[in-house]
Amino acid sequence: MNEITINIDGKEVKTQEGEYILNAARANNIFIPAICYLTRCSPTLACRICLVEADGKQVYACNAKAKEGMQITTTTPTIATERRAIMEVYDVNHPLQCGVCDQSGECELQNYTLEMGVDSQSYAIKDVAREAKDWGHIHYDPGLCIVCERCVTVCKDMIGDNSLKTVARGSDAIDAEYKESMPKDAYSMWNKLNKSIIGLTSGEEMLDCTSCGECAAVCPVGALVDTGFMYTSNAWELKQIPATCGHCSAGCQISYDVKHTSIENPEEKIYRVMNEWNYVSLCGAGRYGFDYQNKVAAKDAAAFAKALEAFKKADTIAFTSTITNEEAYLLQAMKEKFGYKLVNKEAKAFQTFLQNYSEISGTKLYGSDLKKVHEANFVISVGAALKSDNPNARYALNNSMTVNKGAGIYFHPVSDPVIEGMGKSLISVNHAPLKEEAVLYLILDLFADKTKLPSSVVSYLASFHSEKTITVEETIKEKVVEKVLVKKLNEETGVEEEVEEEKSTMVSKKVSKEVQVDVNRLLEIVGADDKFMEALEKNLAKKESFALMVGPDLYTHPHAKNLARLVALIEKYSAFDLVMIPSLTNTLGVALICELDDAKGSYTIGYNTKGDFTVSALGDGDLDMPAINQQEGTLTSINKRVNPTNAAIGYNGYELNDIANALGFDAKHVIEYTQKLPLAAGFKAEKFDDLPNRYENDGTEVRGYVLQNVSVATNGNEEVAAFEEKALEGSLIYLANPVRQFNEFTAKATLLKEKAGLYMSEAFLSTSDFKEGDSVRVKNDNGELTLQIVSDNKISGAIAILPTFDSKINSEALFSSYRFATASIQKV
Amino acid sequence: MHSEHNEQVITKEVPVKKGYYLVDIEDYPTDGWGKFKRVVKRTLRGELFVGLWVVLREMIKFDIHTIQYPAEKMPIGPRYRAVHEMKRLLESDTERCIGCGLCEKICISNCIRMDTRYDENSRKEVSEYSINLGRCIFCGYCAEVCPELAITHGGRYENASEQREHFIVYEDMLTPIDQMKAGTQQEFQGFGSITPHEDERVKKTPLAY
Repeated sequence: MNEITINIDGKEVKTQEGEYILNAARANNIFIPAICYLTRCSPTLACRICLVEADGKQVYACNAKAKEGMQITTTTPTIATERRAIMEVYDVNHPLQCGVCDQSGECELQNYTLEMGVDSQSYAIKDVAREAKDWGHIHYDPGLCIVCERCVTVCKDMIGDNSLKTVARGSDAIDAEYKESMPKDAYSMWNKLNKSIIGLTSGEEMLDCTSCGECAAVCPVGALVDTGFMYTSNAWELKQIPATCGHCSAGCQISYDVKHTSIENPEEKIYRVMNEWNYVSLCGAGRYGFDYQNKVAAKDAAAFAKALEAFKKADTIAFTSTITNEEAYLLQAMKEKFGYKLVNKEAKAFQTFLQNYSEISGTKLYGSDLKKVHEANFVISVGAALKSDNPNARYALNNSMTVNKGAGIYFHPVSDPVIEGMGKSLISVNHAPLKEEAVLYLILDLFADKTKLPSSVVSYLASFHSEKTITVEETIKEKVVEKVLVKKLNEETGVEEEVEEEKSTMVSKKVSKEVQVDVNRLLEIVGADDKFMEALEKNLAKKESFALMVGPDLYTHPHAKNLARLVALIEKYSAFDLVMIPSLTNTLGVALICELDDAKGSYTIGYNTKGDFTVSALGDGDLDMPAINQQEGTLTSINKRVNPTNAAIGYNGYELNDIANALGFDAKHVIEYTQKLPLAAGFKAEKFDDLPNRYENDGTEVRGYVLQNVSVATNGNEEVAAFEEKALEGSLIYLANPVRQFNEFTAKATLLKEKAGLYMSEAFLSTSDFKEGDSVRVKNDNGELTLQIVSDNKISGAIAILPTFDSKINSEALFSSYRFATASIQKV
Repeated sequence: MHSEHNEQVITKEVPVKKGYYLVDIEDYPTDGWGKFKRVVKRTLRGELFVGLWVVLREMIKFDIHTIQYPAEKMPIGPRYRAVHEMKRLLESDTERCIGCGLCEKICISNCIRMDTRYDENSRKEVSEYSINLGRCIFCGYCAEVCPELAITHGGRYENASEQREHFIVYEDMLTPIDQMKAGTQQEFQGFGSITPHEDERVKKTPLAY
């Protein structure tokens, strides 16, 4: 991409070649009205209001690309007339219900109507009945809808559910007279608008999607509203608290919108979660799982005294990664002072994986982030149940498919209809569990620069290749030359005579041919079908930016060390940029800050997990702790960014810092530790209050700071062990959560009502003896559980899934550490 | 007179001020005898009896203007701003309030609060509404901003209460349904009401029917 200079309204503006004029203008604080365009998505061209004049020609700023030296005028008298007419059209038959509308003034229709100075209406059409629809978690009022299709666009280009589409409105045709009298663009925009309304792709009554609510967030009017928020508050009453979502490692920027609970109860309550949807897209857990706070009436001094005693007695602190960096720092400081063992299995696995990765890569952290995945056009995902492990990674993959015309491969044992629905250019390979090493070797084989790879790896890869002679039938076109007699007039003699002429025709012919082909046994091992190579070759055309996402399946794999080294080799010797998906909210932060131990001692303090003495933000412990939405602090995200988060609602109890202070530390607030986070791990000595949390107009993320990717000394050994072809025999279970659930905190949220149980795909249930609701005993060498079967149409295949979000179901008991296991499943 | 005076001060051309005269004020008595005479003169002037006569006359005529408050009350002007009322729709007798929250927003003494919800009829319903009359300054902004002419001021001006903080809730303000049925709901004429000639000021939206 080259930097170019264009001129907008007399102002010299620098931008990238090929950037849309609208984005260039926005990045430079020049206002061009636009309704239907969403940054990061493809232009919809529904509103046509972003009309500008570029080099004397009228173009739409949202889909016209900037060229060097372009002269752009954002308003001319003709454009102003068009824009006013467009706004008048939008106002035709729009109900005057602004008083009860949930948009309550945050309305783009209102804003642009005023901006364009619409003070009278010139157009009219007979309205059609448009009844409000309840789509489950979303409420749709077609009466308010201006059919800008932002919801459709975001669902297709960003989320990847493709749940919404435009359907026929069934209205009368526009009065023919308007065709002549109206401005041209306004007329054609109206023509389209008048024919359509938003409907569900499935044709069902209720939305059946991954329920992210992004459609309601992007809606410029009050047509799409979260059912849970509907008519509960006006926007202006809500105080917005900038924060970072505490549910997964994506660390999305959100704002908690809070207000008093009711007339009688002045206590603050979170009414909704909003996001800067142009730059960040939330998942259902982030948007609806906001009320997971630990409500504590007052400080429980007796419990606190007991906690102090327990801390004095304890030799181990076991904890989960749903804590802030500052708390992780405190735990580490306590370890250094009192010699506690810090036990966190999941973070330890990730930490070890990172260390093994560093031995080859020479850096403490992976090199890339999700933004790069958004921008890439060939993406591979290995070892992650993307849609539930990190929804943002899934959005990035989908975004790359749709907007960058990208392609990719999704390697995972559990086949996923949501991922498969992203398009034909995404190949899903459902390899058997434990075959992740083969997958990574295959990626090396296909994409790595073999001249630079360690020779042992090259020869190992070569050992999978063999030559095979096969007979192929080919259709070839042959030129057949025939001699025909043609009657022709001899011009000299004037006599008609027969002349022999050559006539050629093309004839298709089937030919059998013996061909030497290369057979890659790795393909067979990972279970890629015959057409894989052919499809891949097609998909790889015109691809120049590559991204690899690896997920938690690898960190807990029995051969995690090999996997880590392979991942490092791929990053080092191929064009792939690498992102690792940390398994929980702050797994990366914990892995960088804490020295973790493997085994527990004799007396354990559990923080958000069961211990001999439990301190917990879940409200079920011996001493209460604040949840992440009640705390100030920082969280380290998948994008290697240290993001600040704020307390959305008050907390009256004790926190970890109080315990630390009682044990001899001295900090008034836990955020005093923000600037002390270890520099050696890549953190910066920045004060919490100095950390920004916003996006710039050009989409630049100005949030916290990015970790420095510290160099690590390597010993030059880049050998990787061969893999064993072991397989798990029996019926398989997988440890993963359903979409919108991550942990016990999301399980507490009132709007997230996912049923916990043994998830089986609809397709599998229809062919097996099991039914939804059946009680089954899941048993293996590690233990047994009795669970109810829940039918899940967001997975397919035979692998059953066990969730971790419900504390009543101790799913981990069935797994040694790897996320897959075998178990017998029997009806009770 | 006042303006004339100003003029003259500004012009400053006329040396003798025309139209002015000195009030004939007697000099104050300086000696004891003079003071005594003034007292006698003022005391025996008989003005007292003029007043007494008026009272006597009216008493005999039985034309008494005293209002027997609180049994009787003065009529209040239609634009008077006293305790709020919630009006009902003339067509359907249902509540006019749509729960838009503008009154809550505009209230400068921050004494209005409301809770809304999505009701069974798919409408926005005001589930709770209260005004803290102890804080209300009866400025009339709520009535002025109300897009539905729902909240208005009424004529009930008695605000005595045992506490400084006292509330009025929605049900108390709402026109009782029997009054509504009897057609005795009074339209408010003060802040926020429809002015005469409103029709002429409105630009009509074309309709395709």
